[in-house]
Amino acid sequence: MTAVDFQAIENRHKRVFRKAQRGREVAVGAVVLVLLYVVVSLMQFDLGGVARRWDATRAALFTLDLYAYKDHVSHEWDAFEPKVSFEGGHRFVYEPAPEWLAATNDNGYAVNFDSGIQFVLYQDAAVVKNVPDATQEYEIKRDGDGRPYVVGFQDRPEDLPEWIIATENRVEVRPSLWERMQVYGRKIEIHRYSFGWNYFWFDFGSPLTNVGPLEAIGLMFDDNQVVRGTPNHELVATEFLNNSLWQHGNIFMALFETLLMAVLGTALASMFGLPLAFLAARNVSPFPVIRFINRRLFDLLRGIDMLIWSLIFLRAFGPGLFTGVFAIGFTDTGSLGKLMSEAIENADRRQVDGMKSTGASKLQQHRFGIIPQILPIFVSQSLYYLESNTRSAVIIGAMGAGGIGLQFLGALQTGNDFENVAYMAFLILALVIIIDNLSGRLRRALIRPEERHT
Amino acid sequence: MSDTTYQNYDVIERRLNEMARQRLIYTLITIGVFVLLMGVGITMAEENNAGSFSRGFTNFFDYPVDLFEQTFEYGWGWWSLVLKHTPELFSTINMALFSTLFGFTFAVILGVLAARNVVQSKIVVAVTRRALDIMRSFPELVFAMILLYLMGRSLLPAVIAVTIHTIGALGKLFSEAVENIDDRPLEGLRASGASWFQQIRFGVLPQVWPLFFSYGLLRMEINVRASTILGFVGAGGIGEALSTMIQWRYGAEILAIMFLLVLTITSLDYLSRYVRFRMIGEQS
Repeated sequence: MTAVDFQAIENRHKRVFRKAQRGREVAVGAVVLVLLYVVVSLMQFDLGGVARRWDATRAALFTLDLYAYKDHVSHEWDAFEPKVSFEGGHRFVYEPAPEWLAATNDNGYAVNFDSGIQFVLYQDAAVVKNVPDATQEYEIKRDGDGRPYVVGFQDRPEDLPEWIIATENRVEVRPSLWERMQVYGRKIEIHRYSFGWNYFWFDFGSPLTNVGPLEAIGLMFDDNQVVRGTPNHELVATEFLNNSLWQHGNIFMALFETLLMAVLGTALASMFGLPLAFLAARNVSPFPVIRFINRRLFDLLRGIDMLIWSLIFLRAFGPGLFTGVFAIGFTDTGSLGKLMSEAIENADRRQVDGMKSTGASKLQQHRFGIIPQILPIFVSQSLYYLESNTRSAVIIGAMGAGGIGLQFLGALQTGNDFENVAYMAFLILALVIIIDNLSGRLRRALIRPEERHT
Repeated sequence: MSDTTYQNYDVIERRLNEMARQRLIYTLITIGVFVLLMGVGITMAEENNAGSFSRGFTNFFDYPVDLFEQTFEYGWGWWSLVLKHTPELFSTINMALFSTLFGFTFAVILGVLAARNVVQSKIVVAVTRRALDIMRSFPELVFAMILLYLMGRSLLPAVIAVTIHTIGALGKLFSEAVENIDDRPLEGLRASGASWFQQIRFGVLPQVWPLFFSYGLLRMEINVRASTILGFVGAGGIGEALSTMIQWRYGAEILAIMFLLVLTITSLDYLSRYVRFRMIGEQS
């Protein structure tokens, strides 16, 4: 077909083509409107402000801290005795100092990094050596007033490489994210980052500090007691759960609490939702007044958000498990009740009639005429709610109900345990995925094949 | 079954009784587990000393009553408080709308890519599915709090978090919808030499569009709730106002905000049901 033919067709069926044309115009118009909306919204979201506040170093440090740990070397000029500690904790001082801190021949201490970079500390100076791409070594000293400066750059700080920042009271050296030295008038702080989650299994002061997970499991079946008087399996378990850096015990307990919130909340909703749904269904409930009251009750329970329920219960029960359980239970009694009452109304009338014809009582008619029809929907919906409630329980937890949500919020707000943040995020993800899979499996197993698609 | 004889009846009956007994046992186990969990929960709550369980019930009405009392003291002036918080409500609704819009768009793309019947490459399908699973599994709050920490207090982190969750949740539903379509229009298009994009545009989208749209509306309602909650942890909007008022214990303002929220959520609920009813008819 040529262009002329098309033209001919178009001329013959003007109405059809005009309709298509109008459809295209509407689509283009909609796209333009949406774009306009996006632009206006982005202005409302204050992109400029966000960009101004965005701190790349902070973000990079946050990311680094998720998968790396740091050792601190702190060193006071006057005492001249470098002290190495894990994450700067007072209780976590390495004794003796690790191998990467070595005394040099000329009365100094060298802090060696895996990248080959060396920070060397002397009585009166700190020297930065072996930085790749650097043309020289940099020496940092203190002037008469005790202020740190970079030797040779006092008058021209702008000539320093960009990884050295010299201000009046502080010189910061940061060749890469993994090495950092801050020189002050009184002391020097060196951060040495290494990859991994250190002390994840056993914490600093534990008798099992340097034992790996597999080794620990092996140890559990070993009769030679590491600590006299405690069986090894007990020691391993308590040392692991009471790890003060990672708090496995507390976190597992919080995770369990969150799960319990979701399970009990959903159970509560199913327990009250189903009977109430019967009372609200047109074909079952005998009294219109009760029906009406129940429907409004569902609307009320559902319309008041889970957030508001949790605030009300927070006042009544205080922070704790039952705040979450009732917030979930109340909201979902409304949702589930409404859903089930619709399912009951849509149930096949003939099965009830069949029951009636055999002389069954009203109760028996419902029990054997309706419940078998709606049970698959009920079970699968309850399981769906359980899945989404696992997520909700985390959220309500952070609002104050407790559980893993609150722990997560706490770790994030402390502002320096980002590896714990990552750990908890991972556990939350794992919990949600496990519950999703379990409920999916249960759904498929409980619902007979021919009804799988409901 | 037609050759069932009388001898088989007692076999059948025995089997039936056996099954009934088995079911009874399962029911008892379920009830037992539930009671056990409830007991564990109550002891845990009591142990944490977070307020007694029984006292909690008697306290249940204290807070609402307190709120309403404070509101009645205000009289008609209370409505001005409602008006005062309306702009914040709109900022929350805008957050929800924006993230629903973006989430919807990406979810359509990823949902199609995760559907086995329209994408040949098994790798693309598997990767997209895993990505959707992860986006869906994180509660919005987890993303939002991390982003809020990094980007400072503003609406944007919450919008990003809600968008990511929306993509995951809608993407999965969309891919399931695409997998359940009638394949014949697709085959027809393929036979006439349509490109992949044309197949999607004319073979897939017309079939699933109403369903997508109704899922999107449902998601909008959920996102308004989510945006409010994220406001609570510092993302701005009406959630933040609510959190402030709760700290200051201004009962009348708290009730005004709650009123606005319930009104919005309920009307969105009715609106989305009405539109869904118009678009896909009774079966929804």
